[in-house]
Formats: sequence, C-alpha cells, structure tokens
Amino acid sequence: MKLLRSVAVAATSIFVAILITAPLAWAQVKIGAVLSVTGPASFLGDPEKKTLEMYVAAINAKGGVNGQKVQLVIYDDGGDANNARTFATRLIEEDKIVAMVGGTTTGSTLAMIPAFEEAQIPFISLAGAIQIIQPVRKWVFKTPHTDTMACEKIFADIKRRNLSKVALISGSGGFDKSMEAECVKVAPKAGITIVHQENYGPRDTDMTPQLTNIKSKADVQAVINPGFGQGPAIVTRNYRQLGITQPLYQSHGVASKQFIELAGPAAEGVRLPAAALLVADKLPNNDPQKPVAEAYKKTYEQGTGQPVSTFGGHAYDGLMILVESAKRAGSWDKSKVRDEIEKTKGFVGTGGIVNMSPTDHLGLDLSAFRMLEIKKGDWTLVPEGSS
Amino acid sequence: MIVRLPVRYRLAPVAVVAALVVVLPQFFPSAYYYRVGALVFILALAAVGLNLLMGFAGQVSLGHAGFVGIGAYAVAVGPTHLGLPPWLSIVAGAVLSVCVAGAVGRPILRLKGHYLAVATLGFGLLIAIVLTNESAWTGGPDGMSVSRLTLFGWRVSGSVTWYWVAAATLLIGMVLAFNLIDSPTGRALRAIHDSDVAARVLGVDVAYKKLAIFVVSAVYASVAGSYLALFNGHVTPDIAGFLRSVELVAMVVLGGMGSIVGSFVGAAVLVVLPQTFTALHDYEHVALGLAIMAFMIFVRQGIVPAVVRWRTT
Amino acid sequence: MAEFLQFFFSGLTVGSVYALVALGFTLIYNASDVINFAQGEFVMLGGMVTVFLALAGIPLPLAALMAVMAAVAVGLALHRLAIEPARGAGVVNLIIITIGASIFLRGIAQLVFDKRFHSLPPLFGADPIRIGGAAILPQSLVVLAGAAIIVLLLWFFIDRTLTGKAVIATAANRLAARLVGIDTRRIVGLSFAVSAAIGAVAGILITPLTLTSYDVGTLLALKGFAAAMLGGIGSAPGAVLGGLILGMLEAFSAGYLSSAYKDAVAFVVILCVLFALPQGLLGSAKIERV
Repeated sequence: MKLLRSVAVAATSIFVAILITAPLAWAQVKIGAVLSVTGPASFLGDPEKKTLEMYVAAINAKGGVNGQKVQLVIYDDGGDANNARTFATRLIEEDKIVAMVGGTTTGSTLAMIPAFEEAQIPFISLAGAIQIIQPVRKWVFKTPHTDTMACEKIFADIKRRNLSKVALISGSGGFDKSMEAECVKVAPKAGITIVHQENYGPRDTDMTPQLTNIKSKADVQAVINPGFGQGPAIVTRNYRQLGITQPLYQSHGVASKQFIELAGPAAEGVRLPAAALLVADKLPNNDPQKPVAEAYKKTYEQGTGQPVSTFGGHAYDGLMILVESAKRAGSWDKSKVRDEIEKTKGFVGTGGIVNMSPTDHLGLDLSAFRMLEIKKGDWTLVPEGSS
Repeated sequence: MIVRLPVRYRLAPVAVVAALVVVLPQFFPSAYYYRVGALVFILALAAVGLNLLMGFAGQVSLGHAGFVGIGAYAVAVGPTHLGLPPWLSIVAGAVLSVCVAGAVGRPILRLKGHYLAVATLGFGLLIAIVLTNESAWTGGPDGMSVSRLTLFGWRVSGSVTWYWVAAATLLIGMVLAFNLIDSPTGRALRAIHDSDVAARVLGVDVAYKKLAIFVVSAVYASVAGSYLALFNGHVTPDIAGFLRSVELVAMVVLGGMGSIVGSFVGAAVLVVLPQTFTALHDYEHVALGLAIMAFMIFVRQGIVPAVVRWRTT
Repeated sequence: MAEFLQFFFSGLTVGSVYALVALGFTLIYNASDVINFAQGEFVMLGGMVTVFLALAGIPLPLAALMAVMAAVAVGLALHRLAIEPARGAGVVNLIIITIGASIFLRGIAQLVFDKRFHSLPPLFGADPIRIGGAAILPQSLVVLAGAAIIVLLLWFFIDRTLTGKAVIATAANRLAARLVGIDTRRIVGLSFAVSAAIGAVAGILITPLTLTSYDVGTLLALKGFAAAMLGGIGSAPGAVLGGLILGMLEAFSAGYLSSAYKDAVAFVVILCVLFALPQGLLGSAKIERV
C-alpha cells in the first residue's frame, strides 16, 4: 500500500504541474507560432522569432487588428518534428489560436499540417519545400520561395552563361536534401545535366574530399551547393583552397550577410538566388519592393543589432499577409481569414510580390528571386537583361 | 537498487497505474492533455523495455532510439511502399527489430561499461543515418506521412483514442515485464546485474540471457516507435536520434533503474517538464538542464525507489 | 595521387580536430571514471568567449587567454556543484548529469551570446600550402601541432610530476589514494579544470577551420567521444590516434566510397575495432573484481 500511496503522490504532483502550465485567459486574439528557435535550424528560427515578436509589439502599439490586441504564442520545437506536432495540438486545444504563422522546417510543417487541417485554422508556413503547397491544402499557405524556384533560377543563370553540366554538393539536412532532389527533378526541363552528386554531414569541418571528386570530373562546368548554416561557408572556403575555377552557386539558404563574413575572401564571385531584401539599398528607386525591404531591414537591424536575413523576412511576410487578410475580413473568423489570405493580390513583401489563388498558396513567381553575386564583400545584382 | 515486493503485491503497481489512467481524464480540460498522456504512455513503454535491459541486466544502451526508429518507419514504409496494412506493419517492425537486435546484440553485449555505451551509440547513429539518406524509401530528413491505423474496421485516430490504446498497451507491457522479472530468466538477469563472473560461475549462460533481454527490450522500443508514428501521422529521422536515446535512458534512471513503475514516472516527468518549461521562454533549456542535474544528484536512485524508501523509514 | 594526398590532408585536418576534442575526455576519465558529455561545451566556450571578447575590442591573445580561464572556472564549478555532490552515484547517473550540464551550458550560451555562426582569423593566414597537387590550410597544421603539444604536456604532467602521479593513484583506487594522504577531491577538481582548459584551447584553435556557434559542442563531443573510445579511453596518445583514424576514415570513405555514408562507414569500423579489441586500440584491460 505504501507504494500505492507514493505512486499517487507522484501522479498528483505531475498533474498539478500540467495544470500550472495552462496559460491565463486574455481577452485578446491569439496567433500561434512553432519555430525551431534552437537546434540545427536555429539559424532560421531565431530571426523568425525576433521578427514576429517585434512586429506583433508594433501592431499592438497601434491598437491591434480589428480592435483586438494580438497575443503571440511561440513554442520552440528544437528542430524536432515530433515536438512540433505536440505544440500544434497545444496551440489548437489549449491556446485556442485563430491563426498560425511558422513551422521553420519542412519536416515540422508537414508534421503539423494534419492538425491544422483538421482544426480548420489558417496556417502560414515559413519552410521551403514545395510539398507544403503542392498538392494545395485548403488551410495551408507559405511565404518562402520554393526550392524548385531556386533551382530554376540558378539553372537559368547557368544557361545564360552557356553552360549545362552541373555538379551538386549538399548537406544532409531537410533543406539541403529537398533542394537537391528538386534540382535533380527540374534539371532536364531546364536543359541541365547533373553529372555528379556529393553530400556532407551535419557540422562537417572539411569538404575537400567531396570537392576533389567534383574537381576530377572533367566535364563539370558549374557547382551548386544547396544548404544553410556553416556548411556552405566551409564548402566555399574549400572550393578556393582547392583552386577550383568553375562558377560556384549557393542557395537562398545562405542569404544573410553572415555568409560573406564567414566565407571571407573565398566568397568573391559566388552567385545565389535571393529575395530583394538583401539588396534593398541597391534596388532602383522605382522598384515596388524597395520601401518595404528597406523598412524591414532597418527595423530588424536596429531592433536586434544583427544583420538582416531573408528568413526573418519570410516571417514578416507571413505575419503581414495574415494581418492584412484579417483586416479585409473585418474579423478574426478563421474561415473568413482563410478566404481572404487566398485572395491576397499584389501584396508587396520582403520576399516578392504575392498573388495567391485557390490553386497557388504561395503566390510568388521566379521574378521574386534576384540573382546576386558577391563582389568585394558585398551583394551585387546580376543583370538579367537577356533572360 | 531493485524494488522487491511480496508476490501478492506484485501487480499492485500496475493496478495503481491502471486506476490513474481511468481517473486522470476526469480532470482533463482539453484534448491536448490526452495527447500528452498518450505520449507519456508510449514513451513509458519504450522506457519499460529499456529498463529491463538497464535495471535488470545492467547493460546500458545509448542507441535504443534506433529500435524506436525501426518500429516507426515500419508503419510508415510498410503501408506506403509494400502495401502492408498498418497493424501488420507494427508486427513486421517488431520482427525486424528482433532480427536486428539478435544480429548486433551478441558482439555489442560483449563490451562493457563505456565501450558498450559507445557501441550502442554508434548503432543508433547508423540507423538514423540510413533513415536520413534513403530518401526514396523514407522521405529523407523531412520524413514521410504515416497512414492511419485501422483495426477491424475501427479507425484509430485522435488524441483521446490514442490515450486509451497506448494506456492499454503500456499496462500489458508492464504486466509482461513483471512476469519476466519473476521468472527464472529474471532471476538469472539480476545475477548478471550484480556480476558477470559470479553469474557465470553459478552456471548462468550470461551471453544468451543478455541477448534475450536485449531482444525483448528492442521489441518494446519498436512497438513504441510504431505507435508514435501512427499517433503523429508523420515521422522524421529525429525519432531515431541520439537525443531520443538519451531521453529514454534518462527516463529509466530518473524513475528508478529496476523499477517498472519508475519508468512510467520517469517518462511522465520528462514528457511533462518540457511542456511546463515553455512558460520560461528563453530560459527553457537552462531550467531543463538544471532539473536533470538536480534529479540525478538528489534522487540518484530514482524517484520511485526514493519514495518507497522514504515511506518505509 | 594528388587525389589521395588531398583525402589524406582532409583526414589530417578533420582528424586533428577530433583528436584535440578527444584529448579533453582523457584526464577526467583517468581521475574519476566519468565520461564528461559536457566536454563539447568547453570547446564551444573556448571559441565563443574568444569571439565575443574580440568583438568587444580585447586583443585576440588576451581574449583567448580569458576564454581558457572562463572555461576552467566553468569546469571547476561543474565539478564542485554537480559531480562532487553526486559522488557514489552510478556511471549512468554521472553520464546523465554531464548531459544535463551540457544542456544547461548551451542554454546559458544562447542567452549570453547569440545563435549565429562565428569565425576567428587563422594564425598563419588563409593561403593554402600546396603540395603535389593537393592543398592544406596552415591552420590544420596548427591544430595538429596543438594536439601534439597537449599530449606531451599531459605525458609530462602525469609521468613526471607528483600531482600527476596523484591523479593516477586517485584513478586506480580512491580510498587507497586518500590513505596515502592524497586530497582526492582536489585531484578530481584539478582534472576537470585541466580538461576544461584543453577543451577551450581546442575550441580556439579549431574555430578558424570549423566555425563556432552556441551549439557546436554536441556533435564535436560525440565524434570526440567515439575517437577517444576507439583509441582506448584514458590514453592520451590513444585519443590522438583515435581522432586521426576517425578523420581519415571519414575523408577516405567520402573520397572513395560515398560521401553520404561516410559517417556510417566510420562508425561501422569503430564497432568492428571494438569487437576485436574491446578496450580500444591503446586502452588497457580492466579485470572485473567479483
């Protein structure tokens, strides 16, 4: 019986612990976010979190949306899709959110989709892969350009240089593998041949063996490196270390000034597709994205003291699309907000100009990507006149 | 270390857990609590299995999430690529785990202490690497979706349903574990825990018994993995990762090595704590690290044995 | 041939990083039988503290010195506040305590520092040395030299100083060591301090190659632990040998077999070695007492 009593004591204390977590009820409307603030994708999740927090505070300072203040509920999934799924249930059942922004990684987003579809809550994902919006799901949207678009943009630039034989070197993370697969898939359509593929592991410190194998393939004319974080910086350094002269393309995953800092002089001449946000100050004055991009860049850099990244920009776009849709709907009714998100037209965001439709829950086309080249430690726009 | 009870009380702890399972939902304000409950039961099942290995056979495994991964991907790959029904895929996953555990168990279990730790760790990583790289079968790092479980035309889905299914399975798993402990094999196991050499002198086939228990614990982990994947509807390679293995070991030690009920308590604490600590925002990890250290220092024999001792003195 | 040489250089680079990290496990294990899974966090502290002090305008050598001192302080605190109070607890308890410590330290680091990646300038420039069609960065040689110097210092410390002998005595039999007048608590504390310093030095030396961030420690510690076990835990030359072999395995399997499965190849080889030599390459067998 003693054991019986002690188990009861333990269970009660656990139960009380659960009760304490039940948040206090506020007379506000709640927006949820599950982000990979820590873990392998914290490089993406951290700026997303900072952006959402900053802009929700700004929105509330101006009186909120539809007369209601917005409360942001953020959970950190640590990059693990299983955690994301639990937090999704928690946001729906406990926090009673009206809409969701976030899902930093494709894995987390895919794990959470069934929950939000079932609960019929609008869900704007910040993850890259095309599977999120293809096939179209009624309640699911996303803001970042797809990896397919990144591949197409790079392939177009390679074709412009009259090259066609390409080698891929990618990491083992979700972002890397997904873009690798998409590039392989769309290559034939773009008239590109993938002649060689290499991989590297998480946190690898030297990629010269893989690059040596690429170097020794005589027919390789250009190299693409899908990935984010420290891997691409090391690939770029090793690329120069081995004296490889073919053009090197990075993905939109390195679209942050930090990449140039980390790769150093080796980054010279590297090209990548990226949102206009990175080159806000270099855009022509008549570019519709210029004011939005410059304003976000200024807010983020002043608010955090860190250089702007396109990942935070995706969070900004997601939040703003949601808020504008709610304003148009005139209420936070989930179904009405969803319909308005789908009707988003001509929304100027940091990632491009968004035109959604019932068959397109992303609303960006290839023009949203700019081809950049790193020159003298800074981004420059590659002229695309001939395309 | 080991909690010994008179035979007539043997299954009393299971009855207590069963009562809890029935009573707790009366206080659940929303389906989220059912989800947390179901997670506790599923992970407790894996922890009970690992406890047989760690608490009774005295062998540590830092790669047990590998078996969780095998079970999880069995129910993902089976129906999608091989046309197996999900329930048969659970069985297939368990059978595969038996084969894998049987094959790698013998050489790995010859190792001792930290060498056993690094070998099991390496084994777990190997499984995770395969799951990450074989994208055509597993969907790669972003994972793949898992079709719903249907039993005799009954569609098992939703947190509430899974709460009851997982609880029932856990209770069965606990009863089986108690029976195993009190069998002659169980007594031989405890001998191994105390000393390899001594057990061998007494005529216990040490290598065989160790292997047998390793296989049994792999089946527990595999079934838990299958449940987790079916419950979530999506599976990623994180499920087989090193962190998941460490989490399972921590559940066993936290609840009390050698205490079957302890594994349930350990799982409950380690599932609920991170949910509680979200209130701390940026200090989440600081608090979690501190809590783990504090538990290991102040309740080093585990929660349940500590409580039992406290009640008896 | 140029390819082979390049793979070799890569193995040397990666291997010396692992060797340096693996060395940190040695001394704590020798003195206390504890595998310190927070060892990676010492590596992280070395790199991150240096980076942030340098950003604050402190000259690099001074920043590096202060980073080592910070790591030593953390190491002593870890021993005093977490390991010492748990004296007598089981091996698995101690492993979990150090894992808890590593979660805690990472949590602190993400608050104090940030979640971005950082680098340090290499000691002798970034221009690669070219030999026979292959290229190696000078920093790789710096890391390798660092590992060699630490092995020498450790050997000198353990074999040639009284304190070092006290460490061995403590490891062999703590009670007996206390009977002959050794303050075993201080000795174990010392081993944590020295291991933390080794980790921090490793972190500073490898950051120009590997870059650093608040969570760099986890995977490095995992690889370093595997390397230390491969070489035979407790043996300093074994740690370096294990690290270099692990690096070579990764480089050559990435070069000749499959870059996606290079980590898997490395772990399969480690498993096979352990099956054949259950004490690692240079480890000494322990006889079980009944």
